[in-house]
Amino acid sequence: MAGSDTATPSDRSIRGDKSVLQSDDLSRVLDRIAHQILEKTRGGNDVVLLGIPTRGEFLARRLAERIATFGSTGVGLGTLDITLYRDDLRSHAVRPLGHTVEPAGGIDGKLVILVDDVLFSGRTIRAALDALTDLGRPRAVQLAVLIDRGHRQLPIRADYVGKNLPTSATEQVLVSLTETDGADGVSIGPGTVAGGAR
Amino acid sequence: MILLREVSPLGGERTDVRIDGSAIAEIGVNLDAAGAQVIEGHGMILLPGLVDLHTHLREPGREDTETVATGSAAAALGGFTAVHAMANTNPVADNAEIVDLVHKLGEQAGLVDVRPVGAVSKGLAGEQLAEIGSMARSAAGVRVFSDDGRCVSDARLMRRALEYVKPFDAVIAQHAQDPRLADHGACAHEGELSGRLGLPGWPGVAEESVIARDVMLAAHTGSRLHVCHVSTAGSVEVLRWAKARGIDVTAEVTPHHLLLTCELLTGYDPIFKVNPPLRPEPDVQALRAGLADGTIDAVATDHAPHAPHDKDHAFADAAFGMLGLQTALGVVIETMVRTGALDWAGLADRMSVRPAAIGRLRGHGRPIAVGEPANLTLLDPAVDWLVDPAGLASIASNTPFAGRRLPGQVRATFLRGRPTVLDGTLGEPAGERGAR
Amino acid sequence: MKHLLSAADLTAETAGQLLDTAEQMDAIQAREVKKLPALRGRTVVNLFFEDSTRTRSSFEIAGKWLSADVINVSAKGSSVSKGESLRDTALTVAALGVDALVVRHNASGAVQRVADWVGCHVINAGDGTHEHPTQALLDAFTLRRHVGELAGRHVVIVGDLAHSRVARSNVLLLRTLGAEVTLVAPPTLMPAGVAGWNCQTSWDLDATLAGKVAGDVDAVMMLRVQRERMGGAGSGRAGEVGYFPTEREYALGYGLSPDRLALLPDRAPVLHPGPMNRGLEISSAAADGDRSVVLDQVRAGVAVRMAVLYHVVAGAPETAPAGLIEVSA
Repeated sequence: MAGSDTATPSDRSIRGDKSVLQSDDLSRVLDRIAHQILEKTRGGNDVVLLGIPTRGEFLARRLAERIATFGSTGVGLGTLDITLYRDDLRSHAVRPLGHTVEPAGGIDGKLVILVDDVLFSGRTIRAALDALTDLGRPRAVQLAVLIDRGHRQLPIRADYVGKNLPTSATEQVLVSLTETDGADGVSIGPGTVAGGAR
Repeated sequence: MILLREVSPLGGERTDVRIDGSAIAEIGVNLDAAGAQVIEGHGMILLPGLVDLHTHLREPGREDTETVATGSAAAALGGFTAVHAMANTNPVADNAEIVDLVHKLGEQAGLVDVRPVGAVSKGLAGEQLAEIGSMARSAAGVRVFSDDGRCVSDARLMRRALEYVKPFDAVIAQHAQDPRLADHGACAHEGELSGRLGLPGWPGVAEESVIARDVMLAAHTGSRLHVCHVSTAGSVEVLRWAKARGIDVTAEVTPHHLLLTCELLTGYDPIFKVNPPLRPEPDVQALRAGLADGTIDAVATDHAPHAPHDKDHAFADAAFGMLGLQTALGVVIETMVRTGALDWAGLADRMSVRPAAIGRLRGHGRPIAVGEPANLTLLDPAVDWLVDPAGLASIASNTPFAGRRLPGQVRATFLRGRPTVLDGTLGEPAGERGAR
Repeated sequence: MKHLLSAADLTAETAGQLLDTAEQMDAIQAREVKKLPALRGRTVVNLFFEDSTRTRSSFEIAGKWLSADVINVSAKGSSVSKGESLRDTALTVAALGVDALVVRHNASGAVQRVADWVGCHVINAGDGTHEHPTQALLDAFTLRRHVGELAGRHVVIVGDLAHSRVARSNVLLLRTLGAEVTLVAPPTLMPAGVAGWNCQTSWDLDATLAGKVAGDVDAVMMLRVQRERMGGAGSGRAGEVGYFPTEREYALGYGLSPDRLALLPDRAPVLHPGPMNRGLEISSAAADGDRSVVLDQVRAGVAVRMAVLYHVVAGAPETAPAGLIEVSA
C-alpha cells in the first residue's frame, strides 16, 4: 500500500492539503452518479460496472449498491486490472499486478461502465479499453469518474463526472476511501516532482 | 530341559547351567536335576557358540565337495552355532532368490544358523552393484556382503558399495588382493622361497595397499568395513593405525594363517595352497599378536572344500583353499590359548562375541547368563585328537592338518538349547532332512 | 530483477510476488484471446544447449502470450563441436538485439557465465546439475494451490538428488518460503555435503512417508531417476559403475508404489517434474491417481514463466536493487 495516496487524512492536514470533498459530499456525489446512470441507461438493464483498481474497484461496488437500491435492479460488477496494458511499462520498474474479475454473465453484448477515481491524462482509460478488447466485446463502453481534473493527453471523456476539479498539472489530487485509507474524502495537495500522469 | 553339571563358563569357576527350552534358565552350584537330561561337565570349558564369519558351503553348484547340510554338520562338530556362507556359489548369491535358498537349506539342515553372505557385485564381476537392498530385505536378512574369492578392486565400485549398504546396517567384507599386483596366477608368498621354487609370487603389498585404500574410503564415507583373512604383518599395522584414528574397520584371520608358514610349500603339495598364501614366520607372529591385542577382531575359518580332482594338479594349477570348520578351535587353542596369548574369555570374544557383532547376528555371541539364548559349546581342553581327513564330516577332505594332533575336543554344541552335537557326535537334527 | 539465475536469489517477498503474478497470468489461460501486450516489441531468445521440448515450449508460449517475439535457437552441437566458445555463441546471439535470453545448458554454472558476458536479461532454464529456478517456482505455485500457504508445510523430495537441479532449486525456494523439506534417497544418490543443506535427509522412504522421520507429510515430489544411472549394459554405458544395482531394486526401495501412496494423508498431492519413468520412481497408480498434480504443474509452468518474463523483462532497465515498487496509478 505504498504511494502518497494512502496518507491518512491527518497526514494531509499536516501537509497543508486543501479539502475539496468531505465524507458526506462524497456520498451525495455517488448518489447522483448512480441516479444519472439509471437515467442514461434507462433502468440499468444489461449494464456492467468494471472498477479499475485500486480505488475504482470500491467506487464501482458502492455505485452498484446504490443502483440496486434506487433502481431495484442489479448490475453486473467486476474489476479490470490495466497494469499489463500500460503504455509506460518500460519507463518504470516492474509493477505488481492487480486482479481482473469478470462479472457473472461476462461482458459480451453488455453496456460496460468503467469506474475510476481520477481522470487526468486519459492513458489509464486508454489501457482499460485495450484490456476490455481482450476480455470480450461489449455493446458499448462508458466512463464514470469521481474527479475530472483536466489536462487530457488523449481524446478521452467521461460520461459521468462526480466533480470537475481544475488543477495545475503539478498538483496532486488525493482521493481517500474508507476501504483503503480509513476515511472518505478528496483533497488537493502540493505536487511531487514526478507528478504521475493519469 | 538340560542340565550341564560342573562346567566352567569361559574357564571360570565350576558351576551348573540349566537350559530350559531355548534359553539359559539357571546358573548356580548343585542345581536340581529333576526332569532334566544331565550332561556331566567335569570342569569342561563352556563357551558361547562359535560364530564363523567366513565359510564356503559350495551349495548351489559344487555339491560334490560340500552341501549346506554337510557343511553345517562340520560346523556343529567344530563347536559352531552360526556360520556365514560366502556368495561365490554357482549361481552366485547376488540376488534375493539365491540367498533365500541357502537360508532355507540351512534351516532344513537345522544344525547351525546359516547366514548367507551376499555378493557386492553382480556375478562377482567387480563392475556393477549387486541387488544389495533386496538381499538385505529378504528372509535371509543379509548383513555381510562380500565378493570373496575376488577383490573389489575398482575404487569407485568399493566406494559406492560402502555408501550403499549404510541404510541396512550391513558391512562390506573385502578380500584384499590388488589384481594388478597379485593376479589369479599368484600362488605363493613372494619372497626367497617363491623365487627358489619358481612359483608366481603373491606379494604382501597386494593385500596391504587395498586395505590402506579401503580404510580411507571407509573413513570418507562414514561406513563400516571388514577385512577378510588378513595374512601379513603390514596389514596388521595398517589396521592398527586405522583403528587408532577411529575408523570403523574390523578384521579376521584364519586358523591356518596362525599356525602354518610358507615353508610347507617346499613339497609343492597343493593341500597347502590357499588364498591369501601361507606367509613366513614373522607374519604368523604378527597375526597372533594382532589377534591377541584385538587389532584383529575375529577368527574366521575360510573353510574351502575342494574335490580331489581340483587339487590333484601341479601347485600353480590347483584350486586354492583348505577345510577349516572342524579344526578351527583346536588350532586357536594351540596357537593362542596354550601360548598364553588369549585366555578362554579372549577366545570366546574372538570366535563368538565379535564375529556375531560384525555380522549383526542376534542371539549369538551372548554372555553366558540367565535369560540368554542357549547357543553354547562345551569343550574338553584336556584331550587332543588326531585329524583324520576321512573322518571329517565334510564331503571333501582337503585339510592341511591331516595327521596332526590338535588340542581340545568339542563334546557338545547347543543351538538354542537343542544339542546338535553330543558326546562328540552329531545329535538328532530338528528339520526336514537328516544331516549326513 | 535483471536476471533469474538461481532460486537462492529470491527473497520470500520476491518469490511471493512472482507467485501472485503467476496467479493472475494463470487466469489468462482461461480466456479466449490469450494475449497480453506487456512484452510487445520485446525479443526473447530461447538459447538451449541441451534438449528440452517441455521447458522450451513452456517458455515459448509464455513469451508469445505476453506478445513478445520469441525465437528458439538450438545451440546443441553447434558451438562446442564447431570449436566456438560459449562466450562467442552467447554474444553472437545477444548481438542480434535481443532483450532476454532464456538459457539451458548441460554444464553447471554455464548460464551464470552467459549472464556475465551479455548485456541483456538472462533467465536460467536449467544448468547442469546446479539449478532450475522456474521449475521450483512452478512447483511452489502448484503446491500453494493444493496445500495453501507453504510456511510450516512439510514437503518430501525423493529420487536422484545428487544429479538433480530441480532438487537443489526446490530446497532453496521451499526453505525460503518457510516450508520444511526432507530429502529421501539411497546414500549413493544423496548430494555430496548434503548434511550441510538446510533440510532433513533420510534413507528410509516408508518411515518418512508414514511421518516417523520428520512429522506428517503434506506433499511428495518424486524426481526422475535416469536409467543411465544404473550401470551396466542396460544403461548404454557398459563398464560404468552404476549408482544403483537394478531398476527393480530402486523401485522396491524408493518407488512410489500404491502401498507407499497409502501411507500419505489423503490430501497430500504427488508432484513430478516429468518426464516420468512409470514403474521405476513412480507407479502408474500414483501418476494417474487423484492425488497426482502433474498436469497442474505443466499448466503452472506457463503461468510462472509468464510471471518471470514479466518481472525480468517488462520494466525499465535496472538501476535500483531488485524488488517491486508500488506506483500510485
